[in-house]
Amino acid sequence: MADMKNAVATPGQGGFDVGAALKESGKAAFVAGLLGLPLLALKADNFGSKLGLVYRWDALFIAIAAVFVGRFLLILLSGRQKKSEGGVFAAFGKGIHSNMALIGLAGLVIGVLLPVVYPDRYVIYIATTFMIYVMLGWGLNIVVGLAGLLDLGYVAFYAVGAYSYALIASQFGWSFWVVLPLAGLFAAFFGVILGFPVLRLRGDYLAIVTLGFGEIIRVILINWTDFTGGPNGISGIPPITFFGLPFKNGDHGTFASFFGIAHSPVQRIIFLYFVILTLATLTNLFTQRMRKLPVGRAWEALREDEIACRSLGINPTNIKLSAFALGAMFGGFAGSFFSVRAGFVSPESFTFIESAVILAIVVLGGMGSQLGVVIAAFFVVILPEVFREFEEYRMLLFGLAMMVIMVWRPNGLLSFREPTIRLHPKKESA
Amino acid sequence: MLFHDLTRPGTDEIKVSDDSLLEIEHVTMRFGGLVAIDDLSFTARKKEITALIGPNGAGKTTVFNCITGFYKPTVGRVMLTHPRKGRYYLERMEGFKIAQQADVARTFQNIRLFPRMSVLENLIVAQHNALMKASAFSFAGLLFMNRYAKAEKEAVERAKYWLNKVGLYDRADWDAGNLPYGDQRRLEICRAMCIQPAVLCLDEPAAGLNPRESLELNELLLGIRDHEGVGILLIEHDMSVVMQISDHVVVLDHGRKISDGTPEFVRNDPTVIKAYLGESEDEDLPQTVKNDLARNAGKDV
Repeated sequence: MADMKNAVATPGQGGFDVGAALKESGKAAFVAGLLGLPLLALKADNFGSKLGLVYRWDALFIAIAAVFVGRFLLILLSGRQKKSEGGVFAAFGKGIHSNMALIGLAGLVIGVLLPVVYPDRYVIYIATTFMIYVMLGWGLNIVVGLAGLLDLGYVAFYAVGAYSYALIASQFGWSFWVVLPLAGLFAAFFGVILGFPVLRLRGDYLAIVTLGFGEIIRVILINWTDFTGGPNGISGIPPITFFGLPFKNGDHGTFASFFGIAHSPVQRIIFLYFVILTLATLTNLFTQRMRKLPVGRAWEALREDEIACRSLGINPTNIKLSAFALGAMFGGFAGSFFSVRAGFVSPESFTFIESAVILAIVVLGGMGSQLGVVIAAFFVVILPEVFREFEEYRMLLFGLAMMVIMVWRPNGLLSFREPTIRLHPKKESA
Repeated sequence: MLFHDLTRPGTDEIKVSDDSLLEIEHVTMRFGGLVAIDDLSFTARKKEITALIGPNGAGKTTVFNCITGFYKPTVGRVMLTHPRKGRYYLERMEGFKIAQQADVARTFQNIRLFPRMSVLENLIVAQHNALMKASAFSFAGLLFMNRYAKAEKEAVERAKYWLNKVGLYDRADWDAGNLPYGDQRRLEICRAMCIQPAVLCLDEPAAGLNPRESLELNELLLGIRDHEGVGILLIEHDMSVVMQISDHVVVLDHGRKISDGTPEFVRNDPTVIKAYLGESEDEDLPQTVKNDLARNAGKDV
C-alpha cells in the first residue's frame, strides 16, 4: 500500500541506472561463479579403477552468464514494475478479484470438460491428484486460512478418512457412498479430539502439538498391526461403483452393460475424477457460504483477535472446535476418496511431508484465498509432473519455483481479502 | 461480614437501591504477593457515567478485567443488576459469558479491533450470539433459510445506525485496520454497543485523541447515556473528559479507593490531590502543574 502511494507520488523517479544494475549483476555472477566452481566445474568420475576429475568449464560459464543476464533482467523488470502503480501482478490480482464468480465458473466448466476433451488415462490421473490436493487445501484453509490455527498435522485426518473406508469396506463390504459420510464424521471426531488439548495454544506451540498429533496417528497405523495391517497397509480395498454398478467387464449389473456401452478401464478413472471434482466443489461452496455465516465470521474474528472475541461474548472453544472439526471432515472425505481410488493404503502415504505440501498450498495461495489454493495446487502438483523429464533436477526446479513465488508475493499469490458483506457497491476503480 | 449477602440472598433487595447497576463489593485481586486491588467497593448506577480514575498503576484496568471476566477476583463480589434480565454475579461467570449473557461490553486500552475485517464485519461479528440463535448455529444459514437472511438484515441495520452516529458510514467497507486512530477508537465503542449492552466499560477511550475528537467522544458518550440508557463505566486520564461528562467519580490509588463522589467533590478532595501530586502541595510543584490545577479548579461542569 505504502509502496504504491510512493510510486504514484513520484512518477518521475522511474529512471533506470544501468551502471548500478550492471554492478549488481556482476556481484550475483561472482557468487554464482564461486558456488559453481565446486558444484558444476569439477566433477568426480571413474577412470577405469581410479577416481579422477573432469573439468566442465563450459557449464560453469553458461551458469555464470545465465545468472548475470537473469539478475540484470530482474532489476530491469522490477524497475519497470514500480513505475506502473504497484506492478502488473497487482493489477492482475485486482482483475481476478472483481471477476471471482466468473473465474470460478470458468474453472468448473474446464474441470467438467477436461475428460471429454482429453479422455487420456495419464491426464485424468494427474487431474484427479490435483483435485485431491485442491480439496485438501480448501479443507485446511478453514483451519489455517480462516480460523488462523496453524495445523501441521492435517494429514492425520486424511489418514483417518482413508483407513475408515479401507477398513469398513474391506471388513463389511459397505459401499463408498455409505462410508464417505462416516469417514467424514470419524475425521471430524478426531478433529475435536485434537482440538480439545490445543484450545489454549496459538502459533508455534499449536504447530508443534498438531505436528505431534499427525505423527501419533501415523505411528499408531504402523504399530497396530492387528487392526491396520501395520506397515504393510491394507490392500484389496473394494473399488468404487457407479452407485452400485461396478466398473468391470460383464453382461449383467455392470456400468457398461447398464448403459449399453463397451467396457473400458478409463470409465472408472473418469468417474473417479468426477467424484473428486464434485467433492472439491462442494467443499468450496460450503466454505464460501460459511464465511458469510456467524460461525465463519467468528473464525476470521478469532484469527484476528481472540481476546476481542471473548469480550464480545463469542465462545472461543466452540468456534475453534468447529473449525478443527469441519476442516478435518473435508480431510476425511478426501482420505476416503484416496483409498477408494488407490485400492491400497499404507502409513507411508501419510507422512509429515504430505502435511507440509498441503500447508504449502494454503500458504502459497494466500491464506484464506480459495482461488489461491487452486493456483498454488497447480504449482505444487502439476509443475513437478511437467518437469518429470528433468529427472533429478525436478525437485530443484520445484523448490526454485516456490522460492520465486514467496520472494515475489510474500503474502501468497492472492492475498487479497474480499469483505463477506458490503454496505456500498464495489467501485470499479478503487 | 464479607459474604453476608451470599448466605442470605434475601437481604439483597433491602440493601440495594433500585438504580444501582454494577456493585463492586470488597473486591481484592492478588497476583502472588502483589495486591493489585485491595478491598474495593463502589457502585455504578443506571443511566450514569461513572469514571474510574487514579495515577498510573492504581489498578484501574485490573478492576475492569475483574468485571469483564478476564480475571477472577481473589475475594469479593461483582454484582450486575441488568435492567432487562435481572441479577448476575459476574465473579462466578466464565469470561465470555459475561458478555454473552450479562451483556457487559468493553473496549480496550490498546485498541483491539479485527484489523483485516471490514468495518461493517466488525460490527456484525459483535452480534454473533444473536445471529447464531437466529440461524440455529448457522445451519439455517447454510440452507439459505429466510430467518437467517432476516436476522442478518437486522444486524446490518443496527450496524448502520451506529456507523451513522460516529460518521463512519461511508467507510463501512474499509478494512478496520486502515482507519485513522480516532476512528478506530470510535469503531471499538460502536462494536461494543452492537452487543446491546447493559453496561459499557471503556478503558481510556480518549487516549490519543486530539481535542476536537475528544469533544466528539464526549457527545457520543452522553448520547449513549441519555438516548440508549446504557450505564457507562469509564477509565480515563484526560481530566477534561472525566470532569465534563461523568456523573460520579471513583478515585483509586495503589488498589484502594481514596475518594468517591461527584466530580466537584473529588476535584477538591485533599486526598486526591495528594495522591496525584504528592505530599507537599505548593512549594515543590512546577509552575505548569499549578496552572493545570488552577484551571481545573475553575472549570465548571
